[in-house]
Amino acid sequence: MLKLEKLTMVYKTGDKALNAVDLEIPGGQVIALIGPSGAGKSTLIRCINRLVNPTSGTVTLDGVELTKLGSAGLRRERRRMGMIFQEYALVERLTVMENVLSGRLGYVGFWRSFLRKFPQADVDEAYRLLDRVGLLHMADKRADELSGGQRQRVGICRALIQDPAVLLVDEPTASLDPKTSREIMRLIIEMCRERGLAAIINIHDVSLAKMFVQRVVALNLGTVIFDGGPNDLTPDVLTQIYGEEDWEATIETVDDDAEVDA
Amino acid sequence: MSALAQQIGTPWKKPPFIKNAMLRMVLLVGFIVYFFMALNSMEVNWSRVYQGLDRGWKFVTAFAHPDFCSRASDIKEGMIESVIMTVTSTVVGIAISIPIALGAARNIAPLPVYIVCRFIIAVSRALNEIIVAILFVAIFGFGPLAGFLTLSFATIGFLAKLLAEDIEDMNKVQAEAVKATGASWMQWINFGVQPQVMPRLIGLSIYRLDINFRESAVLGLVGAGGIGATLNTAFDRYEFDTVAAILLIIIVVVMALEYISGIIRARVQ
Repeated sequence: MLKLEKLTMVYKTGDKALNAVDLEIPGGQVIALIGPSGAGKSTLIRCINRLVNPTSGTVTLDGVELTKLGSAGLRRERRRMGMIFQEYALVERLTVMENVLSGRLGYVGFWRSFLRKFPQADVDEAYRLLDRVGLLHMADKRADELSGGQRQRVGICRALIQDPAVLLVDEPTASLDPKTSREIMRLIIEMCRERGLAAIINIHDVSLAKMFVQRVVALNLGTVIFDGGPNDLTPDVLTQIYGEEDWEATIETVDDDAEVDA
Repeated sequence: MSALAQQIGTPWKKPPFIKNAMLRMVLLVGFIVYFFMALNSMEVNWSRVYQGLDRGWKFVTAFAHPDFCSRASDIKEGMIESVIMTVTSTVVGIAISIPIALGAARNIAPLPVYIVCRFIIAVSRALNEIIVAILFVAIFGFGPLAGFLTLSFATIGFLAKLLAEDIEDMNKVQAEAVKATGASWMQWINFGVQPQVMPRLIGLSIYRLDINFRESAVLGLVGAGGIGATLNTAFDRYEFDTVAAILLIIIVVVMALEYISGIIRARVQ
């Protein structure tokens, strides 16, 4: 269970990115976080694993208050939060295997990782995950030799090998074509289901979000302004989130997609 | 619409860098006048030049018949000393530079560390090799130890500064992704930062090896050992044939290093 209480983030520039956000995500639940650019979506998930330190408010993961932790405690808890990034964020000059195994850094000591002598169990799990996403034959390729969709699969493996309780997913499909986007979303959802993971998926593609999740939370100017099922996203609600626009096409597309997909 | 109507038909010019036309002219004319006055202030003693041409010509013609033999053992000794100075000072310099570069990169080091490291770099860069060499010769006496210390010191300013700048230019998100896994600071540097700056570090190191070798030829002139000492002796004795031989050897070695560094840099990218 991930719980955000009165989470507020004010940047040094004075921009209020998050304004007393309250959010509760039960174990195993996957939510989509939508909202216009600059609404605070990225900041929100970065405040959870504290890549950005929130100004005030608390984040609690399974009873542990993350916002109170010192650096050692934070590193220990970060292992339980897998993160998947926009534009993949693989270390490009490392091999696919090194990228996946970097998900185990929180568990192994410095010298083992420096010498790349990871425990056999970690290596086996990396092979298993790569096989699951169809990239086992790429294990020793350098990350920058992969296509966008392949890189994101490696990014997913890196997050999952952490054996996390929750996935923080930041615009996973932002630079992918429509077909690959769906494959990646499907993969993330399947993995969450298989492993009973909770996830927050930041996504700007509303139709894609509606296709894959049961709960949608909308953020605008750092405030939660919608929290409900995908079918509650009526044109009125979308206007409230994003501003005036003709939303019928967005909503219709979703229905069509749903049929094709089923 | 009326704004457009007004502008149609008016010519367009790139806005000048200095807006004030008067100031622009004064700066331009002032600089040209200063430049010619500065040139004129240097006196040329033509009769001295005439005499010197003869000596210069001897120097140049010596390259047609360089003498590798009569001072062969001195040259060999000097070269061995130079190579030792070059290799040791480059390795030690790099080893010290890396932690300083990490501290001098604003995106990974806290402010106090950053200031200290930048200060070390500034000191190393501000002092020219020759001046440092004179100081070390005064402390440690003549010989390659002074040269080794000088070159190590100079390597720090060069390598740490350029490496720190490369670290500051790194892709932040790649490093962030490694941090998000719960990696420790050292692991974060090893997995998130090092792979991004490695090609630059290798390229700079080889380049610095090249520079240190060339510098070792100059440092001998102030008594800090190496082939430069041999070169200095040959100059003092007006043995231009030997001087030519030494210079040719230096040129060949530098060219060889250049060639090798090209191959290595192409491979690490």
